[in-house]
Parts: sequence; C-alpha cells; structure tokens
Amino acid sequence: MEFMIKEKIKQVKKGDQAAFEDVVAFYQNKIYQHCYRMLGNVHEAEDIAQEAFVRAYVNIHSYDDKRKFSTWLYRIATNLTIDRIRKRKPDYYLDAEIKGADGLDMYSQLETDSPLPEEEVESLELKSYIHHEISELPPKYRTIIILRYLEDFSLKEISDILDIPLGTVKTRIHRGREALRKKLRHV
Amino acid sequence: MNCKKEAVELMHKYLDGDLTKAEEAGLIQHLETCEDCQKHFHELKRTITWIQSTGQITAPSNFTQNVMAKLPKEKKRVSYMRWFKAHPVLTAAAIFFIFMFSGVFSAYNHDSQLIVSKQDDLIIKGDTVVVPEGVTVAGDLVVKNGDLRIDGTVDGNVTLINGKLLDNSIEGEGLMASVGEVNGKIEQVDQVFEWMWYHLRNIFESIFSVDNK
Ligand SMILES: [Zn+2]
Repeated sequence: MEFMIKEKIKQVKKGDQAAFEDVVAFYQNKIYQHCYRMLGNVHEAEDIAQEAFVRAYVNIHSYDDKRKFSTWLYRIATNLTIDRIRKRKPDYYLDAEIKGADGLDMYSQLETDSPLPEEEVESLELKSYIHHEISELPPKYRTIIILRYLEDFSLKEISDILDIPLGTVKTRIHRGREALRKKLRHV
Repeated sequence: MNCKKEAVELMHKYLDGDLTKAEEAGLIQHLETCEDCQKHFHELKRTITWIQSTGQITAPSNFTQNVMAKLPKEKKRVSYMRWFKAHPVLTAAAIFFIFMFSGVFSAYNHDSQLIVSKQDDLIIKGDTVVVPEGVTVAGDLVVKNGDLRIDGTVDGNVTLINGKLLDNSIEGEGLMASVGEVNGKIEQVDQVFEWMWYHLRNIFESIFSVDNK
C-alpha cells in the first residue's frame, strides 16, 4: 500500500492535484480518528484533520520520499492537534461537547468526575469514560498512548512521528500508563 | 527487590518488550511473593486492554471532497495534460488532425540529418554535439538526430530528439571531473509518438498560453 501511495505522491509533486484525492481517501479515517482521539470532539477533529491534509498538500515538496509517508502525515496532524489544544479557550471544551453529535455525553462525566459504580458501567459508557480519561491526559502523554495503543505504532515509529528520542517516548509511555492506571483502577 | 523503583520499572519494560531473560526471571520471582506488585501489574495490563477497547470511528462521508475543495488551485497546464491522458482516443484524433494540417508527419519522415538549435561554441563530432568545458549556452538547446555531451553549462532546457545524452564521466577526465551542468529540464524524445506529443504540447502551450507566468 505504501508503494501505491508513493506513486501517488510522485504525481502530486509533479502538480497532479487529482492524485492527492486518492491519498486523502486512503488516510482520511486514520487521520480523522487520530484527531478525534487527540481533541475529543468531532467538530474540531474534522477541522484539524482537513487542515492536516491541506498542509500536507501545500508542503508536499518538503516530504522526503525515502521516509514513510504515513509518519510524515501523522506528524503534521499531531502538531496541529497539539497547537489547537494549546489555543483552546477554557470553556470551549464543555460547549463543544454539549453540542457534540457523537452521543458520548461527556458532559455528565465531567460533572461527576468520580469513578462509576461497577454495576452501572455498561460497555458504551465504559468506553466513553476511558476515552474521556485519555483525553484528560496532558497532550505529550496522550499523543503517545493514542499512537501506541489505539493506532498500533511501534515506539520507534512514534519517535519518528514526534521527532523525539526513543528514550523520551519510553519515559512518557511509562508515565502515561501509570496515570491511566490510577484513574481506571477503581472502575 | 524494591517495589516502587525496580519492580514497577521492570513491568513497564515488559510492556514495551524490552525485558531481558534475567530481568524477566527477577520480575516473576518478585510477583510470586508480592501481592501489591501483582495487583499493580494486573491493573496496568487491564488499563491497556481497556484503552484498546475504545471504538473505531470513521471520517464524515464528504471528508475527501471537502479537503479537495480547500486545496489551492493547481496550474491549468496539468489539468489539460491529465485530460489528454484520460481521453486517449480523442487526443489521438486531435493529434492526427493537427498533424495532418501542420504537415508534421512528412517533416518527421524526411529529416534525419543532425540539427542543433544553436551552433555558437558547440563542437560537432559526427553525430555527437559537445558543449565544451567552460562554455555556457544561454537559453534552450535542441538537438535532433544526434547525441549530446555536456561538459560545460546549459542555461536552459535541453531537448533531445532521436538521440541520447552521453555520460561525460566515461571520458575519464580524471581529477578534473568538471561535470556538465543543465540549469533546466532535460527531455529526451525517442519515438514518433513522443515526438508528436512534444510538438503538440508546444502547439497547445502557444494556443492556450496556459502557463501561469
Ligand atoms: Zn512488590
């Protein structure tokens, strides 16, 4: 698949915009999902995921063919999500979730930020609770937890995507796992 | 073994697949005797299972179209080129008519003699045109029915029709190794069709003047 994508990228570099459509179609779910997991709401996820593809297109000449395209694309998307998290107004998150069309109803979770009684935890609620706890992690831990356990990248690949040393990735994944363990131990 | 410092550290190394055999043995031994660490280890593994259980979502249905609509406009020339490639029959018909009227067919068949677009300072040895070392050709260079060797510099595009670019390193200039330079595109046209394509493109470029300059 990576080969097919590389061929498409060559065409895009030559100025063939339509070839980029196949690239977007191929990665759209992965990148949208990554943004959603990072940001926690569908509107921002769509906004940022689109922006990531536009940036990739505009800067396609700075992509080095010898490296994996997906790594480069995830890096753009990740940087954009982290930027967005930093710029967020404190009240934006709550507002966006109330209007959110995904039905996860995180607002009620925020009101009672205490562990849920075990017998009331149904599958969907548990999932949304876990998702919420992940999204509460500081971005630098959240990114790595998401890339490792939800998007199945190796630690080496994560170090390439984030452009940080492997040792730093390991330290952060340890801390991220410990933080989540503490939050989820009573569930 | 210290629980907080060593055992927990080993658990994380285990989860990252970094544990040596000796460390693994040490951890197992500790877990057999320490209930707190057993619990800690269990919680970590359960946490990972839970993280992985959160669902998959897909992009909104019109996502790709929305991205494409946001891209800056591409140069028009590429769209024409793609149209030609996507409609080979119409393009072939168009080529046929254009060449019928412009008499290119006969031109191709009849001229097989070496033609160079510029003569100044170039050396011609039989079928080979040489841009000598130290010589700079200003502007585009077209060589038809002959090979080209560039030891000097071409400040423009190079087009070779029915000929090839000779590798100047074969000549073995030794340590002098001043490799020729082309400050533009190099295009090689070998076959009749490509040759027509080259002409057609020039014609279209002049008709539509589509290069955004
Ligand atoms: Zn212990």
